[in-house]
Amino acid sequence: MAREIALPLELEEERPGQRRRLGKMLQTARRHPLGVFGLICISLLFFCGIFAQLSFFGIGLSITPYNPIDVIREVRTFGVLAEPVDASDDKLVVSDSTVEAGTNFNIDQERISVITVLSTTSEGTTILVRRGSSPESHGQGAALQLDTAIPNAKPSRSHPFGTDHNSRDVLSRTIFGARISLLIGLVAVSTGVSAGAVLGVISGYFGKVIDSIFMRGVDILLAFPAVVLLLAIITVFGDEDSTVRRFLANSTPLPERDFLGIPNFLDVFIVALAIGLAVAVFTTRVVRGAVLSIKENVYVDAARAMGASDARIMMRHIFPNIVALVVILGSVLLPVAILAEATISFLGIGVPIPTPSWGADLSDEKSRSLMLEGYWWPVFFPGFALSLVVLGFNMLGDAFRDLSDPRLRGSGLGGGGGGRGGGVAM
Amino acid sequence: MRDYIIRRLLLLVPIMLGVALLTFLAYRIIPGDAAILHCQLECTEETLNALRHEFGLDKPPLPISGSHDAPFVEFHKHSQFGDWLADVLRGDLGTSLTYRTAVTDELGRRVPITVELLLMTVILALVLGVPLGVLSAIRPATPIDWLSRVTSVFFLSLPSFYLGILMIFAGVVWFSWTPPQFGRGYVAFYDDPWVNLQQFFFPALVLALAESAVLMRLTRSAMLEVLRNDYIRTAWSKGLRERTVVWRHALKNAIIPIVTVIGLQIGGLLGGAVIVESLYNLNGMGKYTLEAIIRRDLFVVQSVTLLFAASYVLANLCVDLTYAWLDPRIRYA
Repeated sequence: MAREIALPLELEEERPGQRRRLGKMLQTARRHPLGVFGLICISLLFFCGIFAQLSFFGIGLSITPYNPIDVIREVRTFGVLAEPVDASDDKLVVSDSTVEAGTNFNIDQERISVITVLSTTSEGTTILVRRGSSPESHGQGAALQLDTAIPNAKPSRSHPFGTDHNSRDVLSRTIFGARISLLIGLVAVSTGVSAGAVLGVISGYFGKVIDSIFMRGVDILLAFPAVVLLLAIITVFGDEDSTVRRFLANSTPLPERDFLGIPNFLDVFIVALAIGLAVAVFTTRVVRGAVLSIKENVYVDAARAMGASDARIMMRHIFPNIVALVVILGSVLLPVAILAEATISFLGIGVPIPTPSWGADLSDEKSRSLMLEGYWWPVFFPGFALSLVVLGFNMLGDAFRDLSDPRLRGSGLGGGGGGRGGGVAM
Repeated sequence: MRDYIIRRLLLLVPIMLGVALLTFLAYRIIPGDAAILHCQLECTEETLNALRHEFGLDKPPLPISGSHDAPFVEFHKHSQFGDWLADVLRGDLGTSLTYRTAVTDELGRRVPITVELLLMTVILALVLGVPLGVLSAIRPATPIDWLSRVTSVFFLSLPSFYLGILMIFAGVVWFSWTPPQFGRGYVAFYDDPWVNLQQFFFPALVLALAESAVLMRLTRSAMLEVLRNDYIRTAWSKGLRERTVVWRHALKNAIIPIVTVIGLQIGGLLGGAVIVESLYNLNGMGKYTLEAIIRRDLFVVQSVTLLFAASYVLANLCVDLTYAWLDPRIRYA
């Protein structure tokens, strides 16, 4: 009897349950438009970071229109030869001409420079030129062309974000900057948080002398302002022949030059490790606090009574309890790490040129002085991308806090409460 | 209370020692000789040795070193670290390798600039952040609330250097105005208060906007918490005016977390000073630190990080002490 009642109920529950879950998700999304916006920003960061330069078994999936470190060149046409010329001619008749005295151009392979413009008639412009080192004859209709770099080009259809003073495509650099940010953020957070978690568990679990030593060390490192600490670590780590660099170059398979399309890969990796160290210090402190309360649980005593070793207790009984905390810390610290990278690159000792990094692009002296003359795009767009990423993380974080705080649930607006201690505001 | 302060100050000593030792060791790990980095045109072996002697780099680095014979440790009366520490205790912070000037003189010029910048930042942040937070808390779920919260997330997310660049750009391009410190040197407050304020207003604003966003969010949540209390209901039912209830009864109780966060942010602000000072060409401590770190100016880095750490720890002590003043229930045994 009971079975008969239970069965149809179960069947009935199953389908609407799933539909309801989807509906609920949509409802949540509608209630937190800012959170959805944040999610979009972060997805964009991951998308750009992954697909910035990617080829998969020979199929190019790159979304950067140009190579971010290449000089963009453009073929300019100055006109067309109206009459054929011999190898000895130094007067050319050109139609559709835009040449002036001093203009250089090529006809076929020959390099020619204009001495002066002689006359302009309806058939064309007659110019006096200096011929190249091995003059050739050219037929009628040959184009006067020159392949030139285009520095400081305005945003246009072919370069939506313009080009910078080195004639590099700003859109490509901005997209590729996402890869650098993402790589450094992920490496820094994964190494830092895992190292911090291990140290925190050891420190909290053993207590006494070990704990005191660890915590005084953490106190000392946290007494530095974050930026100053990072600057100090970077100068120690990143030096020409520092121990860390030599170790990474010689004893690990990390390539020193190009990797993942990133020039100076090793330098980028060292910046990530330096940020990871700062992350580890913070994580150690937080995890240690959590472990202090976890180790008081009865099951820890029980495990010890059964003769479990310290290592086993830490691995099997304490660590599983801090996994959630570690994951949360990682997600909170990811934007902090990204911002830290931008900050130290901005201060000039982070990611080295020519690697595209948002912070480094913002700090470029020449770009910044050109900006004051009206060439705003090489500085504006990288900074905008960086702000958007941090904004996205903040908004998503706010939405999650609203969702997890039952007192604020359903009020629609939720609370902006807490402030994240300015963690992301550097 | 006095015992508490003394205990906290004593706790400061090992931290400061650790900071000093750590910076000292960190800069000894870097290979490369400071004398070679800082010698001018002619680097003969003789001039190098003279430089090493002048900087004291020919002394053993630490007071204790290992040795091959019993008792396996050797104590040195003169060592780089020991002598430097003794000098610091005497009030001499050493000489800059790059500028050949005394660090104390340089700091005497630069500390007031950073202090003024940070003071202005904190004041601006309080003026912008707290009233907006209160307004947002007493009118929850209204357009004002929504707007102020979105603005605060926005400013919280703008990196200070980007905001600074945009502000300089806007000033130059739209108002053809540059902060007076570009081109003209720093002007002290008592020489020309108006020019001085012009120099500091925008850098302070850059730092203060992010800071005020944090304060606004914090004030809002603390106020929401406090406004739920019974004594607030009592105050309302007594027929007190809204202004009295909000500012006198509620805000006074919500202020403690705000003070805590200001204290916690001092470290971030000192870091922000490094960025903003170099961006706005203010020759304060932050810019000095950055230049010293990049140029590996050992004694400057050691002394300045020590000073940074000390001011950070002291600021937090001050915050702890303000608690007792703000909330008479808190007593330190």
